[in-house]
Amino acid sequence: MSLRATVSVAFASLLRNRLRSLLTVLGVVIGVAAVLTMESLGKGATAFISDTISGMGSNMVMVVPGSPSQRMGGGSSNAPLFTAGDLEALRRGTRDVDRLSPVGQKPLRVVVGGLNRNTTVTGAAPSYLEIRQWSVLRGRALTDDDERLGNQVCLIGQTVRQALFPGSDPLGQDLRVRDLSCRVVGELESKGGSAMGMDMDDVVFMPFTTFTRRLSGSDRIGLLVASASSAERIDDAKAQVTAILRARRHVAEGEDDDFAVRDPREIQAVLGQVTGLLTTFLLGVAAISLLVGGIGIMNIMLVSVTERTREIGVRLAVGARSSDILSQFLVEAVVLSGAGGVLGIALGLGAARGLAVVLKVPFVVPVAAVPLAFGVSVLVGVVFGVFPARKASQLNPLAALHFE
Amino acid sequence: MASRASEPPLLAFEQVTREWGEGEARVQGLAGVDLQVHRGEFVAITGASGSGKSTTVSILGCLDLPSSGAYLLSGTPVQTLSPDVLAALRNATFGFVFQSYNLLARTSALDNVGLPLIYAGVGLAERERRSLAALADVGLADRADAHPNQLSGGQQQRVAIARALINGPEVILADEPTGNLDSRTSADIMKLLTSLNVERGITVVMVTHDPKSAAVARRNIEFRDGLIVGDTTRPGVAA
Ligand SMILES: Nc1ncnc2c1ncn2[C@@H]1O[C@H](COP(=O)(O)OP(=O)(O)OP(=O)(O)O)[C@@H](O)[C@H]1O
Ligand SMILES: [Mg+2]
Repeated sequence: MSLRATVSVAFASLLRNRLRSLLTVLGVVIGVAAVLTMESLGKGATAFISDTISGMGSNMVMVVPGSPSQRMGGGSSNAPLFTAGDLEALRRGTRDVDRLSPVGQKPLRVVVGGLNRNTTVTGAAPSYLEIRQWSVLRGRALTDDDERLGNQVCLIGQTVRQALFPGSDPLGQDLRVRDLSCRVVGELESKGGSAMGMDMDDVVFMPFTTFTRRLSGSDRIGLLVASASSAERIDDAKAQVTAILRARRHVAEGEDDDFAVRDPREIQAVLGQVTGLLTTFLLGVAAISLLVGGIGIMNIMLVSVTERTREIGVRLAVGARSSDILSQFLVEAVVLSGAGGVLGIALGLGAARGLAVVLKVPFVVPVAAVPLAFGVSVLVGVVFGVFPARKASQLNPLAALHFE
Repeated sequence: MASRASEPPLLAFEQVTREWGEGEARVQGLAGVDLQVHRGEFVAITGASGSGKSTTVSILGCLDLPSSGAYLLSGTPVQTLSPDVLAALRNATFGFVFQSYNLLARTSALDNVGLPLIYAGVGLAERERRSLAALADVGLADRADAHPNQLSGGQQQRVAIARALINGPEVILADEPTGNLDSRTSADIMKLLTSLNVERGITVVMVTHDPKSAAVARRNIEFRDGLIVGDTTRPGVAA
């Protein structure tokens, strides 16, 4: 009996019991769909976050007060903020730090005429944009003079531009933050996307001195960003920064740092750990649902063998070999679970597509997972179909024919 | 008969027994049967219920094996053959016709008739062509697409006969083929079997309870309690 005939016999008998076939493979469908959805969303989120991180500037190093054993990003701690003296010492004492900028940030209401918007006002040195690899679309960047003199000038992100200057040219116009009036001298290019709901283009930049004098009221520094001279030098740069800050902050030998020096690779590594954990968990879920799905298939195949004992008897009586019966039921199980796999893949990708829109992450087809999911569901059919198929093939022709 | 003596009979039982169970629960279906059927014969088997008729036919058709004794098929002891060879014999040498038709439900007459050809490795197009021809032979060419539940008992039995014929068998084994049919339909089925025997030279072994059907056959064998108690060949009947 040819494979083609076997497959078409299997299809015919599955189609005779459409509803039951569908219900039987539901376990496989749901298992495969769940895995593909999560796989796609996970890939989408990872792609999105890597994009965001590389958008931060690839050689970037961040320094925050607070011990590194604390939650990533420092969080609240009793460690003192950095000072202008620290900044000077770092500028002078590090060989592999190219650029260095203090950063101050405050969520504030910005007003232009009758329009206003709550946005993030950031004070930073002129080098900040270079560290972040962020360029000015129109107008000019901030200058050292602006920084030294505390000029009342600012750059705006695209979101702010659209919200506060609809249909007009912002360059040369003034915006107001609290009682500070600030001239817009430049427009930043769009950084695109939003990191976990945070719009990177929703920002107003001004010189750090202007920010501390007029808005924050303190010249203490809560965040330092720097760029290493090259990607290979990041670790050297971090070591130099650490040495200088330990000395200036009087951290005794053997004591932990009371500040943390981070770079995006670390964030990515942590992210890798999280997605690794998620993948392991998902594999567990998938294994369990496929096991349950497989047992469902085995159960129905056993019922089917019993129900169709007379059919098997007839087939044996007209010349089927036991291997023909074995392959018929095995192929039926495989076609069943394979079809379940295809359905699950379609369902999973459909769901991922919809969720990607809702969650605002890019939709990614997990290219490796699709054939893998199909392969695994076929395998489930083989593994759980063997026992019922063997049972069918070992029936005695006469007994099967007279089975009631 | 002289020419037949030189070649072995097509089907031969030598002291064939068939029993089930052990000790107290032992049931004996055949108690040591000797039987020879030659090529081209039309044999009717009669006997009381439980006398061993179906058991005999099942063993003849390689659906079952003797418990002891020997069944020689053209001189070859069947017990020495592998299961796959037995399957091939059921496929090409024997055609079965059962009292209860044994057609596959929810399957067209055409596909039912073509079933043996699937296991003979015949491709789809050839299968359909031959199935249609076989259906035409039994007068059902116009019902090829009908499912068994859309056919009368007589029509279903014709489909079953077409299925038995499809792979050019040497022997047709029929176990009460008219058992479920009225006398007119029975007569039609008997006519069909007779013509297969006379025109195509197919050997027919048929179990029946109906004296009219038995009368069609030239040779009548009677069973009682698992043994042959009568074997008569009458001259002047068709075969
Ligand atoms: N699988 C079996 N297990 C146990 N006993 C069996 C089995 N098959 C047949 N028998 C017994 O063997 C004997 C012969 O059975 P068989 O079916 O050959 O009778 P039969 O002549 O065909 O009867 P009927 O005219 O009723 O069909 C009976 O006593 C029956 O009970
Ligand atoms: Mg019987």
